[in-house]
Amino acid sequence: MSASRTLLASLLILAAGIAVLAAATDGFRAFTSETARRVAVREHPRALPPMPLQTARGRTIDFIGLRGRWLLVDFIYTRCMAYCSVQGSEFARLQDRLAGPIADERVALLSISLDPSHDGPEQLAAYQRRSGDRGVGWIAARPASPAGLEALMRAFGVTAISDGLGGYAHNAAINVVDPRGRLVAITDWYSPGEAERYVLQGLAQ
Amino acid sequence: MTVPPRGKPWLGPMLWLALALPAARHALEATMTLHMLVQIPLLAIAGWWLRPLLPRGAVKSLAAWNRGGISGLLLASLAAMVWMLPRALDAALEEPWIEMAKFIGVPLLIGVPLAVSWPHAGFVVRGVFLAEVIATAFRLGWLFLLAPQRWCSNYLLSDQQRLGKAMLAIGVAISLLLAWKLMWGRIDADGTRRL
Repeated sequence: MSASRTLLASLLILAAGIAVLAAATDGFRAFTSETARRVAVREHPRALPPMPLQTARGRTIDFIGLRGRWLLVDFIYTRCMAYCSVQGSEFARLQDRLAGPIADERVALLSISLDPSHDGPEQLAAYQRRSGDRGVGWIAARPASPAGLEALMRAFGVTAISDGLGGYAHNAAINVVDPRGRLVAITDWYSPGEAERYVLQGLAQ
Repeated sequence: MTVPPRGKPWLGPMLWLALALPAARHALEATMTLHMLVQIPLLAIAGWWLRPLLPRGAVKSLAAWNRGGISGLLLASLAAMVWMLPRALDAALEEPWIEMAKFIGVPLLIGVPLAVSWPHAGFVVRGVFLAEVIATAFRLGWLFLLAPQRWCSNYLLSDQQRLGKAMLAIGVAISLLLAWKLMWGRIDADGTRRL
Protein backbone atom coordinates (compact mmCIF):
# COMPACT_ATOMS: atom_id res chain seq x y z
CA MET A 1 0.00 0.00 0.00
CA SER A 2 2.65 2.43 1.13
CA ALA A 3 4.93 1.28 -1.69
CA SER A 4 2.40 2.05 -4.42
CA ARG A 5 1.53 5.38 -2.83
CA THR A 6 5.21 6.28 -2.70
CA LEU A 7 5.59 5.29 -6.34
CA LEU A 8 2.60 7.46 -7.26
CA ALA A 9 3.91 10.41 -5.22
CA SER A 10 7.37 10.04 -6.75
CA LEU A 11 6.00 9.95 -10.29
CA LEU A 12 3.95 13.08 -9.64
CA ILE A 13 6.96 14.84 -8.12
CA LEU A 14 9.11 13.77 -11.06
CA ALA A 15 6.57 15.06 -13.59
CA ALA A 16 6.23 18.38 -11.75
CA GLY A 17 10.01 18.66 -11.40
CA ILE A 18 10.60 18.07 -15.10
CA ALA A 19 7.91 20.63 -15.95
CA VAL A 20 9.53 23.23 -13.69
CA LEU A 21 13.01 22.52 -15.05
CA ALA A 22 11.68 22.75 -18.62
CA ALA A 23 10.05 26.09 -17.86
CA ALA A 24 13.19 27.37 -16.12
CA THR A 25 15.37 26.53 -19.13
CA ASP A 26 13.03 27.46 -22.02
CA GLY A 27 12.54 23.78 -22.80
CA PHE A 28 16.09 22.68 -21.88
CA ARG A 29 17.58 25.16 -24.34
CA ALA A 30 18.84 27.95 -22.06
CA PHE A 31 20.86 27.10 -18.96
CA THR A 32 22.48 30.52 -18.71
CA SER A 33 20.92 33.97 -18.73
CA GLU A 34 22.95 34.86 -21.82
CA THR A 35 21.44 32.01 -23.86
CA ALA A 36 18.02 32.88 -22.46
CA ARG A 37 18.43 36.47 -23.67
CA ARG A 38 19.30 35.23 -27.16
CA VAL A 39 16.38 32.79 -27.30
CA ALA A 40 13.98 35.48 -26.05
CA VAL A 41 15.11 38.03 -28.64
CA ARG A 42 14.96 35.53 -31.50
CA GLU A 43 11.42 34.51 -30.60
CA HIS A 44 10.12 37.93 -29.59
CA PRO A 45 11.93 40.78 -31.37
CA ARG A 46 12.20 43.76 -29.08
CA ALA A 47 11.46 47.38 -29.93
CA LEU A 48 14.29 49.64 -28.79
CA PRO A 49 13.74 52.78 -26.73
CA PRO A 50 14.27 56.12 -28.48
CA MET A 51 17.19 57.10 -26.26
CA PRO A 52 19.46 59.85 -27.62
CA LEU A 53 23.09 58.93 -28.32
CA GLN A 54 26.01 61.32 -28.77
CA THR A 55 28.38 60.18 -31.50
CA ALA A 56 32.16 60.47 -31.78
CA ARG A 57 31.56 63.32 -34.24
CA GLY A 58 29.43 65.15 -31.67
CA ARG A 59 26.09 64.57 -33.41
CA THR A 60 23.01 63.31 -31.58
CA ILE A 61 21.18 60.30 -32.99
CA ASP A 62 18.68 57.69 -31.78
CA PHE A 63 17.28 54.34 -32.86
CA ILE A 64 14.25 55.92 -34.49
CA GLY A 65 16.48 58.09 -36.68
CA LEU A 66 18.51 55.03 -37.62
CA ARG A 67 15.51 53.04 -38.84
CA GLY A 68 15.45 51.89 -42.44
CA ARG A 69 18.76 50.03 -42.30
CA TRP A 70 20.12 46.96 -40.59
CA LEU A 71 22.24 47.78 -37.55
CA LEU A 72 24.94 45.68 -35.94
CA VAL A 73 25.29 47.00 -32.39
CA ASP A 74 27.92 46.18 -29.81
CA PHE A 75 28.64 47.55 -26.33
CA ILE A 76 32.17 48.63 -25.49
CA TYR A 77 34.21 50.86 -23.21
CA THR A 78 37.32 52.43 -24.60
CA ARG A 79 39.57 51.78 -21.58
CA CYS A 80 39.06 48.05 -22.00
CA MET A 81 42.31 46.16 -22.14
CA ALA A 82 40.71 42.79 -22.82
CA TYR A 83 38.47 41.82 -25.69
CA CYS A 84 36.85 45.21 -26.41
CA SER A 85 39.91 46.04 -28.46
CA VAL A 86 39.28 42.88 -30.49
CA GLN A 87 35.59 43.83 -30.76
CA GLY A 88 36.75 47.08 -32.38
CA SER A 89 38.92 45.40 -35.00
CA GLU A 90 36.14 42.89 -35.73
CA PHE A 91 33.86 45.85 -36.49
CA ALA A 92 36.52 47.35 -38.76
CA ARG A 93 36.66 44.03 -40.62
CA LEU A 94 32.86 44.01 -40.88
CA GLN A 95 33.13 47.44 -42.56
CA ASP A 96 35.10 45.71 -45.31
CA ARG A 97 32.94 42.64 -45.55
CA LEU A 98 29.72 44.65 -45.69
CA ALA A 99 31.18 47.52 -47.73
CA GLY A 100 28.53 47.21 -50.47
CA PRO A 101 25.38 47.46 -48.33
CA ILE A 102 27.11 50.07 -46.13
CA ALA A 103 27.72 52.26 -49.19
CA ASP A 104 24.02 51.82 -50.13
CA GLU A 105 23.10 52.94 -46.58
CA ARG A 106 21.30 49.67 -45.99
CA VAL A 107 23.61 48.59 -43.15
CA ALA A 108 25.42 50.46 -40.37
CA LEU A 109 27.59 49.43 -37.44
CA LEU A 110 27.08 51.03 -34.04
CA SER A 111 29.29 50.76 -30.95
CA ILE A 112 27.73 52.07 -27.74
CA SER A 113 29.85 52.91 -24.71
CA LEU A 114 28.97 51.42 -21.34
CA ASP A 115 31.16 54.02 -19.70
CA PRO A 116 29.73 57.37 -20.84
CA SER A 117 31.32 59.37 -18.04
CA HIS A 118 34.76 58.52 -19.42
CA ASP A 119 34.05 57.96 -23.11
CA GLY A 120 33.45 61.38 -24.66
CA PRO A 121 33.51 62.00 -28.44
CA GLU A 122 37.29 62.30 -28.30
CA GLN A 123 37.85 58.92 -26.62
CA LEU A 124 35.34 57.26 -28.94
CA ALA A 125 37.05 58.69 -32.03
CA ALA A 126 40.43 57.51 -30.74
CA TYR A 127 38.97 54.04 -30.11
CA GLN A 128 37.76 53.85 -33.71
CA ARG A 129 41.11 55.02 -35.11
CA ARG A 130 42.95 52.50 -32.94
CA SER A 131 40.69 49.71 -34.18
CA GLY A 132 41.35 50.51 -37.83
CA ASP A 133 38.11 52.35 -38.71
CA ARG A 134 37.63 52.41 -42.51
CA GLY A 135 35.88 55.75 -42.20
CA VAL A 136 32.36 54.88 -43.36
CA GLY A 137 29.38 53.11 -41.84
CA TRP A 138 30.65 52.71 -38.27
CA ILE A 139 29.21 54.99 -35.60
CA ALA A 140 30.67 55.06 -32.09
CA ALA A 141 28.44 56.75 -29.53
CA ARG A 142 27.61 57.12 -25.87
CA PRO A 143 24.18 57.42 -24.24
CA ALA A 144 23.43 61.10 -23.73
CA SER A 145 22.32 60.53 -20.13
CA PRO A 146 22.87 57.95 -17.33
CA ALA A 147 19.15 57.11 -17.53
CA GLY A 148 19.64 56.48 -21.25
CA LEU A 149 22.43 54.01 -20.51
CA GLU A 150 20.26 52.14 -18.05
CA ALA A 151 17.31 51.99 -20.47
CA LEU A 152 19.53 50.79 -23.31
CA MET A 153 21.19 48.11 -21.21
CA ARG A 154 17.79 46.90 -20.07
CA ALA A 155 16.43 46.86 -23.63
CA PHE A 156 19.43 44.91 -24.94
CA GLY A 157 19.78 42.75 -21.81
CA VAL A 158 23.36 43.86 -21.21
CA THR A 159 24.87 43.38 -17.76
CA ALA A 160 28.17 45.02 -16.81
CA ILE A 161 29.92 44.34 -13.51
CA SER A 162 33.18 45.59 -12.09
CA ASP A 163 36.06 43.29 -13.00
CA GLY A 164 37.93 44.28 -9.84
CA LEU A 165 40.67 45.93 -11.92
CA GLY A 166 38.93 49.22 -12.64
CA GLY A 167 37.19 47.90 -15.73
CA TYR A 168 34.03 45.98 -16.53
CA ALA A 169 33.09 42.44 -17.35
CA HIS A 170 30.07 42.49 -19.65
CA ASN A 171 28.17 40.01 -21.82
CA ALA A 172 29.66 41.21 -25.08
CA ALA A 173 27.87 40.22 -28.27
CA ILE A 174 26.81 41.55 -31.66
CA ASN A 175 23.19 42.68 -31.52
CA VAL A 176 21.30 42.69 -34.81
CA VAL A 177 18.63 45.38 -35.21
CA ASP A 178 16.31 45.18 -38.21
CA PRO A 179 15.22 48.14 -40.39
CA ARG A 180 12.06 48.49 -38.27
CA GLY A 181 14.21 49.27 -35.24
CA ARG A 182 13.70 45.94 -33.48
CA LEU A 183 16.38 43.83 -31.82
CA VAL A 184 15.98 40.53 -33.70
CA ALA A 185 19.12 38.48 -32.99
CA ILE A 186 22.19 38.33 -30.78
CA THR A 187 25.34 36.59 -32.01
CA ASP A 188 28.79 35.93 -30.56
CA TRP A 189 31.11 38.94 -30.66
CA TYR A 190 34.01 36.76 -31.74
CA SER A 191 32.29 35.37 -34.83
CA PRO A 192 31.19 38.42 -36.83
CA GLY A 193 30.54 36.13 -39.80
CA GLU A 194 27.39 34.98 -38.04
CA ALA A 195 26.02 38.52 -37.72
CA GLU A 196 27.11 39.24 -41.31
CA ARG A 197 25.23 36.19 -42.63
CA TYR A 198 22.13 37.19 -40.69
CA VAL A 199 22.13 40.66 -42.20
CA LEU A 200 22.87 39.45 -45.73
CA GLN A 201 19.97 37.01 -45.45
CA GLY A 202 17.74 39.85 -44.27
CA LEU A 203 18.84 42.04 -47.17
CA ALA A 204 18.19 39.27 -49.68
CA GLN A 205 14.57 38.85 -48.57
CA MET B 1 23.34 18.05 10.03
CA THR B 2 20.74 17.13 12.63
CA VAL B 3 17.56 18.59 14.01
CA PRO B 4 18.24 21.71 16.07
CA PRO B 5 19.33 21.05 19.65
CA ARG B 6 16.47 19.90 21.86
CA GLY B 7 14.16 22.66 23.02
CA LYS B 8 15.35 25.17 20.44
CA PRO B 9 12.76 24.96 17.68
CA TRP B 10 13.19 28.66 16.98
CA LEU B 11 16.63 28.12 15.45
CA GLY B 12 15.19 27.37 11.99
CA PRO B 13 13.04 30.48 11.71
CA MET B 14 15.87 32.57 13.22
CA LEU B 15 18.36 31.39 10.59
CA TRP B 16 15.78 31.89 7.85
CA LEU B 17 15.12 35.45 9.00
CA ALA B 18 18.82 36.23 9.45
CA LEU B 19 19.58 35.13 5.88
CA ALA B 20 16.79 37.36 4.60
CA LEU B 21 18.27 40.50 6.20
CA PRO B 22 19.45 42.81 3.40
CA ALA B 23 23.02 42.95 4.74
CA ALA B 24 23.31 39.14 4.90
CA ARG B 25 21.66 38.79 1.52
CA HIS B 26 24.08 41.17 -0.19
CA ALA B 27 27.12 39.70 1.52
CA LEU B 28 26.19 36.13 0.58
CA GLU B 29 25.27 37.05 -2.99
CA ALA B 30 28.44 39.05 -3.61
CA THR B 31 30.20 36.09 -5.18
CA MET B 32 29.00 33.05 -7.09
CA THR B 33 30.77 30.74 -4.63
CA LEU B 34 29.07 32.24 -1.55
CA HIS B 35 25.72 32.32 -3.34
CA MET B 36 25.75 28.67 -4.39
CA LEU B 37 27.76 27.03 -1.64
CA VAL B 38 26.88 29.10 1.43
CA GLN B 39 23.60 30.97 1.05
CA ILE B 40 21.59 28.25 -0.65
CA PRO B 41 22.87 25.45 1.65
CA LEU B 42 22.17 27.64 4.72
CA LEU B 43 18.63 28.21 3.45
CA ALA B 44 18.24 24.45 3.13
CA ILE B 45 19.54 23.99 6.71
CA ALA B 46 17.05 26.61 7.92
CA GLY B 47 14.36 24.47 6.30
CA TRP B 48 15.75 21.31 7.91
CA TRP B 49 15.58 23.03 11.30
CA LEU B 50 11.90 23.80 10.75
CA ARG B 51 11.28 20.08 11.34
CA PRO B 52 10.14 20.41 15.02
CA LEU B 53 7.60 23.06 14.01
CA LEU B 54 5.82 20.88 11.42
CA PRO B 55 2.35 19.65 12.41
CA ARG B 56 2.81 16.11 13.70
CA GLY B 57 -0.39 14.72 12.20
CA ALA B 58 0.44 15.90 8.70
CA VAL B 59 3.97 14.47 8.84
CA LYS B 60 2.61 11.16 10.03
CA SER B 61 -0.06 10.85 7.34
CA LEU B 62 2.39 11.93 4.62
CA ALA B 63 4.82 9.21 5.71
CA ALA B 64 2.69 6.62 3.89
CA TRP B 65 3.47 8.45 0.62
CA ASN B 66 7.16 8.68 1.42
CA ARG B 67 8.31 5.13 2.07
CA GLY B 68 12.01 4.97 2.75
CA GLY B 69 12.10 8.72 2.28
CA ILE B 70 12.14 8.22 -1.49
CA SER B 71 9.52 10.79 -2.55
CA GLY B 72 11.01 13.43 -0.27
CA LEU B 73 14.57 12.89 -1.44
CA LEU B 74 13.39 13.03 -5.04
CA LEU B 75 11.60 16.33 -4.37
CA ALA B 76 14.69 17.79 -2.70
CA SER B 77 16.93 16.63 -5.57
CA LEU B 78 14.73 18.18 -8.25
CA ALA B 79 14.40 21.45 -6.33
CA ALA B 80 18.18 21.51 -5.88
CA MET B 81 18.65 21.04 -9.63
CA VAL B 82 16.76 24.27 -10.27
CA TRP B 83 19.22 26.18 -8.07
CA MET B 84 22.21 24.66 -9.81
CA LEU B 85 21.27 26.40 -13.06
CA PRO B 86 23.56 29.38 -13.62
CA ARG B 87 20.55 31.14 -15.04
CA ALA B 88 18.68 30.81 -11.73
CA LEU B 89 21.46 32.57 -9.83
CA ASP B 90 21.40 35.47 -12.30
CA ALA B 91 17.62 35.65 -12.16
CA ALA B 92 17.61 35.71 -8.35
CA LEU B 93 19.80 38.81 -8.48
CA GLU B 94 17.78 40.53 -11.17
CA GLU B 95 14.16 39.57 -10.46
CA PRO B 96 12.75 40.16 -6.96
CA TRP B 97 10.11 37.45 -7.41
CA ILE B 98 12.76 34.83 -8.26
CA GLU B 99 14.73 35.89 -5.18
CA MET B 100 11.53 35.43 -3.17
CA ALA B 101 11.01 32.01 -4.77
CA LYS B 102 14.53 31.04 -3.70
CA PHE B 103 14.02 32.17 -0.10
CA ILE B 104 10.76 30.24 0.17
CA GLY B 105 11.49 27.32 -2.14
CA VAL B 106 14.92 26.26 -0.88
CA PRO B 107 13.91 25.86 2.80
CA LEU B 108 10.50 24.33 2.06
CA LEU B 109 11.28 22.17 -0.99
CA ILE B 110 14.85 21.13 -0.14
CA GLY B 111 15.35 21.51 3.63
CA VAL B 112 11.99 20.27 4.90
CA PRO B 113 11.73 17.18 2.64
CA LEU B 114 15.32 16.22 3.53
CA ALA B 115 14.59 16.53 7.26
CA VAL B 116 11.40 14.51 6.97
CA SER B 117 12.83 11.84 4.66
CA TRP B 118 16.42 11.25 5.74
CA PRO B 119 15.56 9.49 9.03
CA HIS B 120 13.39 7.01 7.08
CA ALA B 121 15.95 6.38 4.37
CA GLY B 122 17.71 3.04 4.60
CA PHE B 123 21.24 2.06 3.70
CA VAL B 124 20.60 1.67 -0.03
CA VAL B 125 18.56 4.86 -0.47
CA ARG B 126 21.13 6.89 1.45
CA GLY B 127 23.94 5.34 -0.54
CA VAL B 128 22.30 6.15 -3.87
CA PHE B 129 21.51 9.69 -2.75
CA LEU B 130 25.03 10.39 -1.48
CA ALA B 131 26.61 8.86 -4.59
CA GLU B 132 24.49 11.21 -6.67
CA VAL B 133 25.50 14.19 -4.50
CA ILE B 134 29.17 13.29 -4.99
CA ALA B 135 28.76 12.77 -8.74
CA THR B 136 26.94 16.11 -9.06
CA ALA B 137 29.67 17.93 -7.13
CA PHE B 138 32.32 16.48 -9.47
CA ARG B 139 30.34 16.99 -12.68
CA LEU B 140 29.34 20.58 -11.93
CA GLY B 141 32.70 21.44 -10.35
CA TRP B 142 34.51 20.18 -13.43
CA LEU B 143 32.22 22.12 -15.78
CA PHE B 144 32.55 25.36 -13.79
CA LEU B 145 36.31 25.00 -13.61
CA LEU B 146 36.81 24.33 -17.32
CA ALA B 147 34.17 26.52 -18.97
CA PRO B 148 35.98 29.22 -20.95
CA GLN B 149 33.07 31.66 -20.78
CA ARG B 150 31.09 33.17 -17.94
CA TRP B 151 27.81 31.41 -17.20
CA CYS B 152 26.44 34.12 -14.93
CA SER B 153 26.26 37.64 -16.31
CA ASN B 154 26.56 38.92 -12.74
CA TYR B 155 29.70 37.03 -11.70
CA LEU B 156 33.29 36.98 -12.93
CA LEU B 157 34.98 34.05 -14.63
CA SER B 158 37.54 33.79 -11.81
CA ASP B 159 34.67 33.46 -9.35
CA GLN B 160 33.12 30.70 -11.46
CA GLN B 161 36.41 28.82 -11.50
CA ARG B 162 36.78 29.19 -7.72
CA LEU B 163 33.28 27.75 -7.36
CA GLY B 164 34.35 24.84 -9.56
CA LYS B 165 37.36 24.11 -7.37
CA ALA B 166 35.26 24.37 -4.21
CA MET B 167 32.76 21.88 -5.63
CA LEU B 168 35.52 19.43 -6.53
CA ALA B 169 36.84 19.78 -2.97
CA ILE B 170 33.35 19.10 -1.58
CA GLY B 171 33.07 16.02 -3.80
CA VAL B 172 36.39 14.73 -2.49
CA ALA B 173 35.45 15.49 1.14
CA ILE B 174 32.11 13.66 0.97
CA SER B 175 33.75 10.71 -0.80
CA LEU B 176 36.41 10.43 1.90
CA LEU B 177 33.84 10.77 4.67
CA LEU B 178 31.70 8.10 3.08
CA ALA B 179 34.66 5.79 2.51
CA TRP B 180 35.74 6.24 6.13
CA LYS B 181 32.23 5.44 7.37
CA LEU B 182 31.97 2.37 5.16
CA MET B 183 35.34 1.03 6.28
CA TRP B 184 35.44 1.92 9.94
CA GLY B 185 32.00 3.23 10.87
CA ARG B 186 29.30 1.09 12.46
CA ILE B 187 26.55 0.51 9.96
CA ASP B 188 23.57 -1.72 10.54
CA ALA B 189 21.71 -2.51 7.36
CA ASP B 190 18.37 -2.40 9.15
CA GLY B 191 18.87 -0.43 12.29
CA THR B 192 19.77 2.91 13.74
CA ARG B 193 23.22 3.50 12.28
CA ARG B 194 22.82 4.13 8.59
CA LEU B 195 25.55 6.00 6.74
